[in-house]
Amino acid sequence: MRRNWTVKSLLLFFFLALMILGGLGLYQHRHFDIPIVAGPGVTRVVKLSDYAQGLKGTTADTLVFILEGKEEGGKALIMSNTHANEPESLLAALIMIENAVVDRGTLIIIPQFNHSASRNTKPGDGYPLYFDIPTEWGRKTFRMGNRDASPLDQWPDPDVYIHYPERQLLSFIDARNTNRTWPGRPNGLLMEKVTFAAMEIMRREKVDIAVDMHGAETMFPVTNCIVAPEKSLRIATMAALTVKAREGFDSHVEPSPVGFRGLSHREIGDYAETLPFLLEAPIPFLDQPTGPKTEKFLLDGKDPFLLSLAHKKKLFVPYDESGWPISKRVGQHCSLILEILGQHAKKFPDRAVEVRGAPRYADIVKNGVGYYFHDPARAEKTKVYSN
Amino acid sequence: MVMIFYYFISAFLALLLLWNFIREKKNVEDMALYLLVLVPLILRILRVK
Repeated sequence: MRRNWTVKSLLLFFFLALMILGGLGLYQHRHFDIPIVAGPGVTRVVKLSDYAQGLKGTTADTLVFILEGKEEGGKALIMSNTHANEPESLLAALIMIENAVVDRGTLIIIPQFNHSASRNTKPGDGYPLYFDIPTEWGRKTFRMGNRDASPLDQWPDPDVYIHYPERQLLSFIDARNTNRTWPGRPNGLLMEKVTFAAMEIMRREKVDIAVDMHGAETMFPVTNCIVAPEKSLRIATMAALTVKAREGFDSHVEPSPVGFRGLSHREIGDYAETLPFLLEAPIPFLDQPTGPKTEKFLLDGKDPFLLSLAHKKKLFVPYDESGWPISKRVGQHCSLILEILGQHAKKFPDRAVEVRGAPRYADIVKNGVGYYFHDPARAEKTKVYSN
Repeated sequence: MVMIFYYFISAFLALLLLWNFIREKKNVEDMALYLLVLVPLILRILRVK
């Protein structure tokens, strides 16, 4: 009898040690906040739940930064971290929030669109929980999120996700993917409420342009591109040609497939007057045949297995020993946003959104991403937001 | 609403496993397995993962 309880006590001790050691890091990650310094252009900060009551009090609610110009003009919505494991989008959005000033029109930025996913992890794939960006004042730490929202916030998953309102059958996991739940609904799944709230912003504020930033594998054909539906194709093509000619980087145009539902570049165009654009920057970290998924690899994009595949012409982007560093990926996003705004202003001068102070591709490649972040410890307290 | 129901199911299964662990007298392998299966349920009930 005594032996029995000794064995049980030992097993319980190991069980508790496993739970505490494994769980503590995950708990801290979920509750880690990223400080965001609102730059000189930010005029208002609201919550996504202001546009959809169903998000109030949930982890899916997130900050919305509004940069208003002195002159009347058009409106643009920029979303990042739709997939929270594609950090170039988040970094590009934060650079805009901390540096951009709008002279004309309005810029609405949602830096952590799938806020629940940004507090989710992928320990099974060995993802790092955090990554650091070096700055002039020290290292700025970010949460490394996951593609899908946390099951802690939306559970259980259905056997098959039936898209609303098109009723297309999608993978069960896409019920937590905010790039499959567009256009959403006010009383649906939590992620459908998130996309519904963004649609409400576009409808109520009469947004002209919506840009959804992403990263995609180098072995995936839809990478290093702008995905656009028919009505956005002209502006997307002009933006792609202009950045190629003036800034020297490629980003081809991919048409948005009509039969594949739930994606931002499809549903925003079909269910609002807004012109949608989805930007994809190559992110080698997401490819499968790679070495360990380390923080270094996430940031420099260098991998010997991908290099070997590049020599065999198996990748959809040029790839050499220099990898695909985060500065290039973030720089591409920033330049493409500014170019899309510029091309839209040429076509619709009354609805122009004019932005200054935001860096372009060459600036970010030269100075690094961290150069554009401000020290939250030295910033005015009312300008620092935690999300 | 469905999510709350699933938390109750998890708590119920966790109690069953714990009860089986306490009742088990001889088989150490079974005791270890009960605790191992308990891990994800406890992590979910405590809203850790």
